[in-house]
Amino acid sequence: MPKIINIKINNKKIKAQEGDTILETAYKAGIEIPHLCFHPDTEVKANCRVCVVEIKGRKDLPTSCSTKIEEGMEIKTESSRVAKARKINLELIFSEHIEKCGTCPMNFNCKLLNYAKKYNLKITRFKDRKKNRKVYKFGNAVELDSSQCIDCRNCVDICEQQGVGFLKLKNKGHKIEVVPVDDGKHDCVYCGQCAVHCPVTAIQEQLNYNEIEKDLKNKKNKILVAQIAPSIRTSIGEMFNLPYGKIMTGQLISSLRALGFDYVFDVNFGADVTTIVEAEELAERLKNKNFVLPMFTSCCPAWVKFVEFYYPEFIPNLTTSRSPHIHLAGIIKTYWAKKIKVDPKKIVVVSIMPCTAKKYESSRKELWLNNRPLVDSVLTTRELGYLLHKHKIDLTKIKPTKSDNPLGEHSGAGAIYGASGGVMESALRTAMFLLNKEKLKSINFKQIRGQQGIKKAEVKVGNRNLKLAVSNGLGNAKKILEELKQNPREYDYVEIMACPGGCIGGGGQPIPTTPLQRIKRAESLYQIDKKKKIREAHKNQEAKKAMSWLKKDKKLASQILHTKYHKKNKPEGFKIL
Amino acid sequence: MDIITRIRKANFLGRGGANFSTAKKWEMFKNEKMDKKYIICNASEGEPDVFKDEYLIANFPEEIINGIKIALDFFSNSQAYIYLRKDLYLKFGLKLKKIIKKEKIKLFKETGGYLCGEETTLISSMEHQRREPKIKPPYPLQKGLKGKPTLINNVETFYYISKIAKQEYKKTRFYCISKDAKKQGVFELPIDWSVKKILQKTKNYPEYDFFVQVGGGACGKIVFGKELNKSVCGTGAIIVYNVKQDLIKLMQKWVNFYINENCGKCVPCREGFYRIREILNSKKIDWKLLKDILEVMKETSLCGLGTSAPTAFLSLMEMMKYR
Ligand code: SF4
Ligand code: SF4
Ligand code: SF4
Ligand code: SF4
Ligand code: FES
Repeated sequence: MPKIINIKINNKKIKAQEGDTILETAYKAGIEIPHLCFHPDTEVKANCRVCVVEIKGRKDLPTSCSTKIEEGMEIKTESSRVAKARKINLELIFSEHIEKCGTCPMNFNCKLLNYAKKYNLKITRFKDRKKNRKVYKFGNAVELDSSQCIDCRNCVDICEQQGVGFLKLKNKGHKIEVVPVDDGKHDCVYCGQCAVHCPVTAIQEQLNYNEIEKDLKNKKNKILVAQIAPSIRTSIGEMFNLPYGKIMTGQLISSLRALGFDYVFDVNFGADVTTIVEAEELAERLKNKNFVLPMFTSCCPAWVKFVEFYYPEFIPNLTTSRSPHIHLAGIIKTYWAKKIKVDPKKIVVVSIMPCTAKKYESSRKELWLNNRPLVDSVLTTRELGYLLHKHKIDLTKIKPTKSDNPLGEHSGAGAIYGASGGVMESALRTAMFLLNKEKLKSINFKQIRGQQGIKKAEVKVGNRNLKLAVSNGLGNAKKILEELKQNPREYDYVEIMACPGGCIGGGGQPIPTTPLQRIKRAESLYQIDKKKKIREAHKNQEAKKAMSWLKKDKKLASQILHTKYHKKNKPEGFKIL
Repeated sequence: MDIITRIRKANFLGRGGANFSTAKKWEMFKNEKMDKKYIICNASEGEPDVFKDEYLIANFPEEIINGIKIALDFFSNSQAYIYLRKDLYLKFGLKLKKIIKKEKIKLFKETGGYLCGEETTLISSMEHQRREPKIKPPYPLQKGLKGKPTLINNVETFYYISKIAKQEYKKTRFYCISKDAKKQGVFELPIDWSVKKILQKTKNYPEYDFFVQVGGGACGKIVFGKELNKSVCGTGAIIVYNVKQDLIKLMQKWVNFYINENCGKCVPCREGFYRIREILNSKKIDWKLLKDILEVMKETSLCGLGTSAPTAFLSLMEMMKYR
């Protein structure tokens, strides 16, 4: 048990936990201390100097994120000295950050602007000094606008933790700059973890909301279809100040209709398709000795690129199954188009994703049909939140509706795709059925749930022990791959998600995204699963119907359900604007 | 009597600028339990108009190395380095190596600038990381070079350790007198002498109206009038300025120094110096804003560079009010 010690914050007596910092203690006591560079996912850097506090008996103003509490400490978080220092430091920070609020997807919930209001900042007190800094575009997914960067370094640290190390610091003093690495050995995998950890959206997703707004305004002959990812229903609420993890499926669907989408489908349906395809492949690989094991999941495009660039020797391990939103889009533009008798060319599919890498994924030609993309556009959770605010659609007040049929139904298995372990759990439920042909006693695989970076388990399938590994965060994925290099048969089935906690912690999720938020978002996904009548993907009758329709045309089925991977010899690098 | 007791009895304070009790520091270092420990002699002096380390290395290398040897003998499993400013390495490296012979003392050529005098930065530079300070705690004494306890003392401190061990310490220190002084140089004089007395005894007391900067070359405090009766703290630098000196230019000189030497890690220092330069270069100086920035820099910067640099500016501005 950690020791409890007594301190005072703003004259309030507080029983606090030894070992905590002042910032943590204050947070637990409901006292907010402004901070920018602190993020629980990274090491404390204490470089913004905004979280300073006054401590009785100390001459300086220490930073609360880096100072541990001590017995008897008396802390003031808003004294006049603190307020003055914080104000100046914030004004100095503003002079580094060129405000582009008009187009910024966080402008309805911007930390900087909130502080500006609270401390009555003169945000133009100093001349912007980074006007001529460059913009770096990473593929079509992520971009770093150096003219907005406040040098907090979160992105550099996170990318390093991801095992990618694509971002580095150049120069020193006021000439310091975050830049992408250009050494031929590193390449961005578009996970967007840098973006979701940037306190000021200097590094962010490449925005696509503009084009979609245009399409929605002027539909011409188009049919606009939105499809929502499994994980965003439990995170979008945060952009409307709802409690972490609040399930907003129905409201989300209604608000997309309110924006002007003609149809709204649920990617959970696509996840059921993915599960069936993947489980079938797993069963095949297990039965046939010549097939490569372990099998890796491949629904995370950042992970796929990570393998293609850094570990191409493992490409044969990736399941050939496409990912849920590509599956669903494929079915929309073939099966469903036929059903409602429209030309697929008229259908515009927009995926709403927790993810920046999905922007890149939809642009991959391997995932197109007849030289046209299946998913036409990808918006992040943040972009959608922004559009809703901008068009005055109040998610909290709108009446919930259901997603459209027949592609709306889904199993509980589809629902948990957004949480680390969810993809494997879903596939196992179906693979066990395929391999055992018997009813499962329990379909819950609790060993592979939760937020740990690496989870290992063994399950019995028939007379064989299946060795499983699940990891989230690419830094952890690297550990598993290195393990497999030593011992190739260490595992039979491996799930990797690039983002901490899986897609609920995705690079396109609301800012901030902290460990606590990830826990709550994931919990809610398992709630949805628990409440579902059908919880196994192969019991989704509509999915099966669509798949058997596809399978009538072998080529089409393979085009819509499977994909190929390619070794990436050279980095795709970045473009400078 | 062991060496720590001798140092304690001598009431000896470290000469690196922080005025910390050397006995206490050594005691803490001794109490760290670890299979390996490092001792570093910091010879990275890098402020303008300060040249005391160079003088000591040129004139008393045996004494300094003897001081380091005493530490090596006293702390088991230890290994020592002399962290030398680049030009000092080139000038005196060979000579030092000859004196060191086979002792466990290695020379390390400094790769960075002024900030490398800061203990955690010094270690980062030796580990080939970005030359930037780290958050303390942990202190280098607990977790320093290669994660091992590390004792860092400056050149003058090791010189006097040797003297203390030989019972030759007479409560003196080295003063470096420079700039508009007539007889510039390094002088060994009692620690409790006032600035005035030092200037008089070294025949440096100016006939013209003057002020001095004491304690550091760019971070030292500006002192004049009655305050000249106080003794010198910090690194023992005494810089004499003729009052006719252009004060804005002086501040510009400091700011140009710092703008090149700061690491860029924390906001008040990185952005502060940039803005201070801007303010000093403008036609109409906004003194209020200048003061605000300096005060916040002093109170909230991450390392000693940022917290000590404002002293010179603020004390000079204080003086300008009187003149
Ligand atoms: S998107 Fe991911 S890989 Fe690319 S720079 Fe950001 S953190 Fe690194
Ligand atoms: S891009 Fe964002 S996260 Fe990266 S250093 Fe700049 S402000 Fe920080
Ligand atoms: S874990 Fe999910 S959100 Fe993150 S990159 Fe992969 S698919 Fe995208
Ligand atoms: S005070 Fe200056 S030198 Fe020290 S960490 Fe901050 S920016 Fe770097
Ligand atoms: S949050 Fe503490 S210094 Fe930035």
